[in-house]
Amino acid sequence: MNFPSDLKYDKSHEWVRIDGTAGTVGITEYAQSELGDVVFVDITASIGDELAPGQIFGTIEAVKTVADLYMPIACRITEINTAVNDAPETVNKDPYGDGWMVSIEIAPDADLTALMDADTYAASVGK
Amino acid sequence: MTETALKRTAFYDLHLAAGAKIVPFAGFEMPVSYRGIVSEHTAVRQRVGVFDVSHMGEVLVTGPNALEFVQKITVNDASVLAVGQAQYSAMCRPDGGIVDDLLVYYRGPEHYLLVINGANIDKDFAWMQQNAIEGATLVNASDDYSLLAIQGPKSLETLQKLTDTNLSTLEYYHFAEGEIAGVPAIISRTGYTGELGFELYFSSNRQPSETVWNAVMEAGAEFGIEPTGLGARDTLRLEMGYCLYGNDITDHTNTIEAGLGWITKLDKGEFNGREALAAVKAAKPSRKLVAFQMNERGIPRQHYKIAADGREIGEVTSGTSSPTLSEGIGMGYVESAFAKSGTEIAIVIRDKHIPATIVKLPFVKKG
Repeated sequence: MNFPSDLKYDKSHEWVRIDGTAGTVGITEYAQSELGDVVFVDITASIGDELAPGQIFGTIEAVKTVADLYMPIACRITEINTAVNDAPETVNKDPYGDGWMVSIEIAPDADLTALMDADTYAASVGK
Repeated sequence: MTETALKRTAFYDLHLAAGAKIVPFAGFEMPVSYRGIVSEHTAVRQRVGVFDVSHMGEVLVTGPNALEFVQKITVNDASVLAVGQAQYSAMCRPDGGIVDDLLVYYRGPEHYLLVINGANIDKDFAWMQQNAIEGATLVNASDDYSLLAIQGPKSLETLQKLTDTNLSTLEYYHFAEGEIAGVPAIISRTGYTGELGFELYFSSNRQPSETVWNAVMEAGAEFGIEPTGLGARDTLRLEMGYCLYGNDITDHTNTIEAGLGWITKLDKGEFNGREALAAVKAAKPSRKLVAFQMNERGIPRQHYKIAADGREIGEVTSGTSSPTLSEGIGMGYVESAFAKSGTEIAIVIRDKHIPATIVKLPFVKKG
């Protein structure tokens, strides 16, 4: 399985791509594989919302399963990927690319040390 | 509750080789999906798929009073069956609660095969023994049978290559005792998908089981056959509105409110639950099992509340995203006043009321 080394990961299987104070959040290849065919992405947070790490920002539904989306890092939501509404299968096909969930502005006091690097995350899911 | 070791069907290694994701189900390690639920679902609707459903239970009823016993414990009228015919039925408690739904196969004089849900084998067999009568012998043969369901428009062409039994003359809910790939089998024109399909009962020994599986996969290769897991089995049955025991029917629902009046033959004579079911029918059930389709984006799930007129009127018992319709569909019990098709309701999904409409079954109409 592919866990890009330029991303940070949390134990609830989200990734965050950090670019200065900006970031992008999605779910990992492992998460999409465990879920199976994704049929609905429901981002309940709104643009401008400030979220704490571990806070739920939406729900992702596969045919058989429902899973909450947890924010990996303290942030403010700047953009929501509405394209996955019409093509939820994108999350399965391209979890680190077009299947992203939200863009964020990372809070100045955000704690990055709680996140895992790719190798640690891969080991945690046994891959 | 103590954990008991999970059982494996004779096909376990073949499932792993086919890339199955395995989950515990009904006391077995069963394949929930292989390539993905939507892909497998589509294979069955358009081509052909193979399900291992060997977790299902089989009880043999033999002896001079075999029919009398079947008539006592089931709600449908087994006396109308000809040899080689099968029937959908249910077992009810005296209060009308459903112990299980089942298939009744009439194999020959004084010989019935009852096929019950895998999760209910112990409960059902205990119930049957409690209700045993003289002259009817009960044998729990669940471990002796492998059961494969071959379902989809190409199922007949696939299986016909492997048997001398003329499958094109085998009518719906009829069966023949023949051979598949040289293995003695009950070949039943039944299924849980709404498609043309067959269910094969044969020895659960590993060698004949693998012989049949491999022969079916090879015979179906030219049609794009796919192994199909329990996930697709659930979406396929739900698109047809078939009840699932444990979801839509339970010990606490009766056949009348579940829309199974058509299998409840109140005039066949005495049977378990008859009086209670007749009373429910006469008084009209206070709630009914209905089918509904979401009007907006949203996927109903078991135990979500159903609302109308600003208050709760029922609960979802089964729900999914229909792979065929790409829309949320479900079933659930509602107060009878809201059961008519066309009625506007709402499903409460994460505290939001998402509009839905009561519809007639099946969700997916077949040509």
